[in-house]
Amino acid sequence: MAECHPVGFRWVMAAKSRGAKVIHVDPRFTRTSAVADLHVPIRAGSDIAFLGGLIRHVIETERYFLEYVLHYTNAPALICEDFKDTEDLDGLFSGWNEKDGQYDPASWAYEGTDVGPAAGNREHFTGQPYSERGTQSGAERFDFTLQHPRCVFQIVKRHFSRYTPELVEEVCGVPRELFLQVAEAVCANSGRERTTAFCYAVGWTQHSTGVQYIRSASILQLLLGNVGRPGGGIMALRGHASIQGSTDIPTLYDILPGYLPMPKDKHDTSFEQYVKLNGSPSGWWSEFPKYAVSLLKAWFGAAATKENGWRFDDLPRLSGDHSHMTTVSAMADGEVKGYFLMGENPTVGSMHGALHRKAMRKLDWLVVRDFALTESAEFWRDAPEIERGEVRPEDVPTEVFFFPAATHTEKDGSFTNTQRLLQWHHKAVEPPGDCRSELHFTYHLGRRLKELYAGSMEPSDQGLLTLTWDYPVSGESEEPSAEAVLQEINGFRVADRQPVGQFTDLKDDGSTACGCWIYCGSYAKGVNQTARRKPGREQPCVALEWGWAWPANRHMLYNRASADPEGRPWSERKRYVWWDEEKKHWTGHDTPDFIADRPPSYRPGKDAKGIDTLAGDNPFVMQGDGLGWLYAPSGLADGPLPTHYEPQEGVVENFLYGQQCNPGRMEWLRRDNPYHRPWDDPRFPCLITTYRLTEHHTAGGMSRWLTWLSELQPEMFCEVSPQLAREKGLTNGGWATITTARGEIEARVLVTERIPPLRIKGRRIQQIGLPYHWGSKGRVRGDAANELISFVADPNVSIQESKALTGAIEAGRRSRGRRVVTSGPLVPALSSGGHERDLPVVGHKPVGPHGISESRTQEGD
Amino acid sequence: MAAVGFFTDTTICIGCKACEVACKEWNQLPDDGLRFTGMSYDNTAALGASTWRHVSFIERPVPLTGQETGLGDFSWLLQSDVCKHCHRAGCLEACPTGAIIRTEFDSVYVQPDICNGCGYCVVSCPFGVIDRREDDGRAWKCTLCYDRLKGGMEPACAKACPTDSIQFGDLDELKDRARGRLERLHRHGVTEAYLYGADAAGQPGTEGLNAFFLLLDKPEVYNLPPDPVAPAMEAKPAWTSMAFAVLGMAAAAVGAVLMGRES
Repeated sequence: MAECHPVGFRWVMAAKSRGAKVIHVDPRFTRTSAVADLHVPIRAGSDIAFLGGLIRHVIETERYFLEYVLHYTNAPALICEDFKDTEDLDGLFSGWNEKDGQYDPASWAYEGTDVGPAAGNREHFTGQPYSERGTQSGAERFDFTLQHPRCVFQIVKRHFSRYTPELVEEVCGVPRELFLQVAEAVCANSGRERTTAFCYAVGWTQHSTGVQYIRSASILQLLLGNVGRPGGGIMALRGHASIQGSTDIPTLYDILPGYLPMPKDKHDTSFEQYVKLNGSPSGWWSEFPKYAVSLLKAWFGAAATKENGWRFDDLPRLSGDHSHMTTVSAMADGEVKGYFLMGENPTVGSMHGALHRKAMRKLDWLVVRDFALTESAEFWRDAPEIERGEVRPEDVPTEVFFFPAATHTEKDGSFTNTQRLLQWHHKAVEPPGDCRSELHFTYHLGRRLKELYAGSMEPSDQGLLTLTWDYPVSGESEEPSAEAVLQEINGFRVADRQPVGQFTDLKDDGSTACGCWIYCGSYAKGVNQTARRKPGREQPCVALEWGWAWPANRHMLYNRASADPEGRPWSERKRYVWWDEEKKHWTGHDTPDFIADRPPSYRPGKDAKGIDTLAGDNPFVMQGDGLGWLYAPSGLADGPLPTHYEPQEGVVENFLYGQQCNPGRMEWLRRDNPYHRPWDDPRFPCLITTYRLTEHHTAGGMSRWLTWLSELQPEMFCEVSPQLAREKGLTNGGWATITTARGEIEARVLVTERIPPLRIKGRRIQQIGLPYHWGSKGRVRGDAANELISFVADPNVSIQESKALTGAIEAGRRSRGRRVVTSGPLVPALSSGGHERDLPVVGHKPVGPHGISESRTQEGD
Repeated sequence: MAAVGFFTDTTICIGCKACEVACKEWNQLPDDGLRFTGMSYDNTAALGASTWRHVSFIERPVPLTGQETGLGDFSWLLQSDVCKHCHRAGCLEACPTGAIIRTEFDSVYVQPDICNGCGYCVVSCPFGVIDRREDDGRAWKCTLCYDRLKGGMEPACAKACPTDSIQFGDLDELKDRARGRLERLHRHGVTEAYLYGADAAGQPGTEGLNAFFLLLDKPEVYNLPPDPVAPAMEAKPAWTSMAFAVLGMAAAAVGAVLMGRES
């Protein structure tokens, strides 16, 4: 956190000075470790085993927060009889469908009923939509003694019972004494009087089991009562200033603003059908139609009417998986014509740069908007395969359009940070020359497209033509008003264009328009709430008057859980939000994240519908059953509970199960994306992990052109232990070549004790650390670490696995014509050597187009 | 005007180098070469004409009191170094042109329009802080952001420091705060912590530093001199010994002549 989020880390240091204990779990000893109380080196890729060990410790030593667990989680809910755990099936859950190569989660459901997930996969992967069947609001059978063998608590307990300190030591390389210190510290700092927070970044997410890493932390925090309470939570530290904002108002392919699902071609055939399949009969998502109608009113204005389904038919439909790697592999096979790169440099920042360049060579056109000519803009004349002479620039047909971009100081706009806090920034200077903001580019592109299509009667053009696109512009460059966009996002009453105050004012009758329901209130009362700058010292500690947090300026989500079931603070020390019996109202330091006047004693009647199904002690209002899910009966592609699987390329076999890797993972079985042996590959004996440094920003577009940052980390380097350096003849400050089946890179050597070898079941495992900021452009240059990484992904969110893979290291520089798999000779293939990633029952997943072995790519799923 | 300065508390430095960058940005300093040193995460290596704040990264095979790591006996000391604005400043005393002055903030400031680049100051700084820039030959170092102070702002490095490892303020107040912090660390068992250059008693050779430090190991570990002395302070003993030497040599010469005559 100190490495990549030094400004946020000031608060960790402030907490430390007030007595907080800071624990850092990381394969390396970093700047964070330097000031932590306890640093735990761990094998990259083994965190579920570590977190599973903590979960087991909390349960076995009975340190869970019983009252919280009983009332606020689904621990007492009974699961259906057909459910089988990974403990029963050697690493598989019940429901594996051999033919489709994916799970059917029917057997994971609550007994006798289904409940749709608040997020994640709302449809069965087999294609059957979820909510159509899920008409119940939650589990129907509970055991509040938590003894029933099929209750969630017992299932969780059984599932993690093998994750003992001894197992943690074997799998993670963490000595059990060190692990127990962490476990004891976490337990001692949880409960009524104390809370523990977890912070993570892509070290947890970029794995083929990435989503389940976070699920592990969620289970642990729910057991300890550390969610919705001050000082608790699980903080996702974002890699860019507004990455949170770019999922809220998404740049992701499968969601619309405010986490409304993107319509699917096969199922969402009409607006009614879309609402039916994606709404929820219970919990807060029952309000779904209001948000969907208001969004369509914001986009299509007067043209959207109830009669024409609010012009729902003009929205594009998903015909399959269009995630990043799926799109790029289709591009490499010539199926994508054009590509926009807006402030993204995928040949350096993403995985497998060579495959990205191969794909971009097949494009008709490419638009790059960035501060400088990045490696992705210059891929056609500056790349390893061009250096080697395998590709000639004159043979690359792609037409590249480069648009210089304005920086954040050269434009108005907002950042949404990890705490969901929107903070407005004002333009300080005019952008130089032809540099323009993203807003300028997008607005004028849309405007010109509308002009081009003006007068068309084609039905497919009507969406573009009816789109409201009327932001006021100013200045010589005709810069659109960012504040006008925020006003539309906030929403307004259609009749008089007055801003709406909060999302509970939104209607499903077309009388309100709102560009993103969770941002509703950011422009309440006609005031840009995100531009508020009242200093912290002039207001109470939660600082509700600094910027604006979605939703409804709630700084902490699910903060109803900071009070006990009766609505009283769990303790004076942790008082945050509580029920005021006199005023019959929730109140507290923060905006209560609950129905403001619903008393703790409220219980829904049998016929309750919508948000009336939420009882007065159901803090997790977005869930259909209002509870925190220790066990996820739906929504996940790879199981209701986290399970330790090894990465796609591991140094060791899975000590827990016959199933080596996540059975649901997405693989790209292509000649230009070779994988190593599942484990013990003699060609690639080391474990590689990649990361960022404080001095640079991701793929370097914002830092490698600036000398003040470049001089601080001027060259690509690798971090190796003194032992590895001795074994391989590496000298500090000298050169090393690092190789995988995808390619090879060279790097300066930094020999350091900070990246220790680990003992895994008696074997010594060497880890190689690779920062990934450099490329062939900019003031400082070097090879890109991501040339080494393969296409392989988590099945829930399609995130790549770049934090744990295998590779080899040798002393010296690479050959001048460096090898890349897309055009150069392959590393001689090696049979699996009897090593299998999957159990026989799993191992025949159908391979789809572009080599993708995952069935979500089927149309409509 | 009360004396102001820096208290750099190395125990809460996270090595982010925001101070180095903020300093260069505010003062519009050029880069110091784009080269990989192999010295941990330190690639600017030392203070110099174009680097007025410098963060050291010290990997040492010694555990940090109060910290436990699976690495065993290991810790990583991080420290942001800067011109000390000594009470008795070697550079100032050596400057023949009067380019180096003591300001109303009690800081030591090089006036670039007067400096003639003689370089006497460079060899007179016991910390090796001040240096001549190759391209213009003049001597440069931290100005304590004199221009910012004139505008009522704190120096850029202190402003940018996210953890308040670099604290700027009234010197007496800073010293009180530093002593409080030191006591607290000692109470928590970090008995090796000490203040470097906080007063004249502790560092007679400089009579105390206006930019002082809280350190956790010997000064040498941080590349700081254990006993810095402003060269002019050595003037009296130096002249005295020279006088004795001259007398001695004269006596020897006379003696040699006399003894030679006898033989």
